[in-house]
Amino acid sequence: MGKLIYLDHAATTPVHPKVLEAMLPYFSERFGNPSSVYTIAQEARQAVEAARTQVAEVLGCTPREVTFTSGGTESDNIAVKAVAFAQQKLGNHIITSTIEHHAVLETAHALEKMGFQVTFVPVDKYGVVNPDDVGRAITDKTTLVSIMLANNEVGTIEPISDIAKVIKERAKGRKIAFHTDAVQGAGSLDLNVDKLGVDMLSLSSHKFYGPKGVGVLYIRRGSPFQTWQHGGTQERNRRAGTENVPGIVGTGVALKIAEENRPAFVKHCTFLRDRLIAGITKIERAYLTGHPTQRLANNASFYFEFIEGESILLNLDFEGVAASSGSACTSASLEPSHVIMGMGIPVEVAHGSIRFTLGLGNTQEEIDFVASIIPGIVSRLRAMSPLTSEKR
Amino acid sequence: MYSDMVMDHFKNPRNIGSITDADGVGSEGNPVCGDIMKIYIKVKDGRIEDAKFQTFGCGAAIATSSMVTEMVKGKTIEEALVISNKAVAEALGGLPATKMHCSNLAADALHRAIEDYQKKQKVG
Repeated sequence: MGKLIYLDHAATTPVHPKVLEAMLPYFSERFGNPSSVYTIAQEARQAVEAARTQVAEVLGCTPREVTFTSGGTESDNIAVKAVAFAQQKLGNHIITSTIEHHAVLETAHALEKMGFQVTFVPVDKYGVVNPDDVGRAITDKTTLVSIMLANNEVGTIEPISDIAKVIKERAKGRKIAFHTDAVQGAGSLDLNVDKLGVDMLSLSSHKFYGPKGVGVLYIRRGSPFQTWQHGGTQERNRRAGTENVPGIVGTGVALKIAEENRPAFVKHCTFLRDRLIAGITKIERAYLTGHPTQRLANNASFYFEFIEGESILLNLDFEGVAASSGSACTSASLEPSHVIMGMGIPVEVAHGSIRFTLGLGNTQEEIDFVASIIPGIVSRLRAMSPLTSEKR
Repeated sequence: MYSDMVMDHFKNPRNIGSITDADGVGSEGNPVCGDIMKIYIKVKDGRIEDAKFQTFGCGAAIATSSMVTEMVKGKTIEEALVISNKAVAEALGGLPATKMHCSNLAADALHRAIEDYQKKQKVG
């Protein structure tokens, strides 16, 4: 096995060297607690606030609208629960989609058990939410809509600004908060909150070459909010607990770099993605999942009939290729991906889904190598599958 | 997450394919749960002389299918009937807990093949 070909950037990314360099002093040298008064602590405070400003510049908001959390999952949890409970007296209805990340989906399911009503808006065969479906789901009890900016499994980009317009029209002056899980969008898409028309937006640092364990939640000034983590007054009383100073510093730098690199990233990844798609879709009964054009620059996802995802992943791993699958066998849930099934792909072929997510470090040589080994893996597994002979 | 033995059987599966004039064929699992195992056996003088498999599924599903065909060759029908899913997993050096139920059905598929063989014997 040669060197690693890492094609799972939607799972996580390596920390950028400049990000690591910026973080290092805040572990042992400038280790002060930002809430303390002496110099070393105030240096940490300044570093946290500088990172907040860096994030705010990318989001096009004010620094006070930026809250740091422990990751995308916490940001999503806070966003959905903060609004649902803060507005409980005005209404108990929230709207989301069937293909959200589990951080939103499971939070919505938990709220259902607590008595909230949730509408899960369906998607089309490409994984796109129809803004009119969101509009039709709005009732006079709706307080929150949460729709992801781009899907993590199939890369489909959702029409967030169109959905924002529909919400505004249908709200008729009432306050309906609009949250977007933008975790997969950083570095690929414009995150300007006014252009998107969102009131809340979640990010996860390790998806854009930052450290694990840090997230961002943008909360538009004046948005309804109920605090979930109680304790100190950190993060303007929105999220108690001593700040993860090195992680926050890394997040600020990482997002700044990701935004600066965005045009180059999109160009580089789009070229490689389209090359990989062209190669793989030549295989008989192999299909692209997600939208053909309205998709993240770095996402190439497929399903293969008659074979199962984990078997494909293990074979790729033998060749040093790291990718991901929506197969039940790669999760503990024993159910295939809700995203693949949400797009209407039958359950028996949903097990054969594979996702490649590219990064700046990937080369054309790597992509061509992957495209060259997939047909062999697929035919080897198909040769041992009882479905191949039965269904052809 | 898999033992070396599982990876060996996954990488180099033994006895892949079908037997055209099989004395018994049995399958277990379904495409919805993501694993289907089909076992073919050839029986002579009460002994399983050959066994082959076709499997749709994960690494564990393929490795257990491969292992069960190895275990059963040369065994009498009575001996083959006592091979359990658990015994197959143990022969592979164990399986991850999440795989014990969904992907460890190879012995069941073998038992279906033996039932099919016995049914054919009665008719014949």
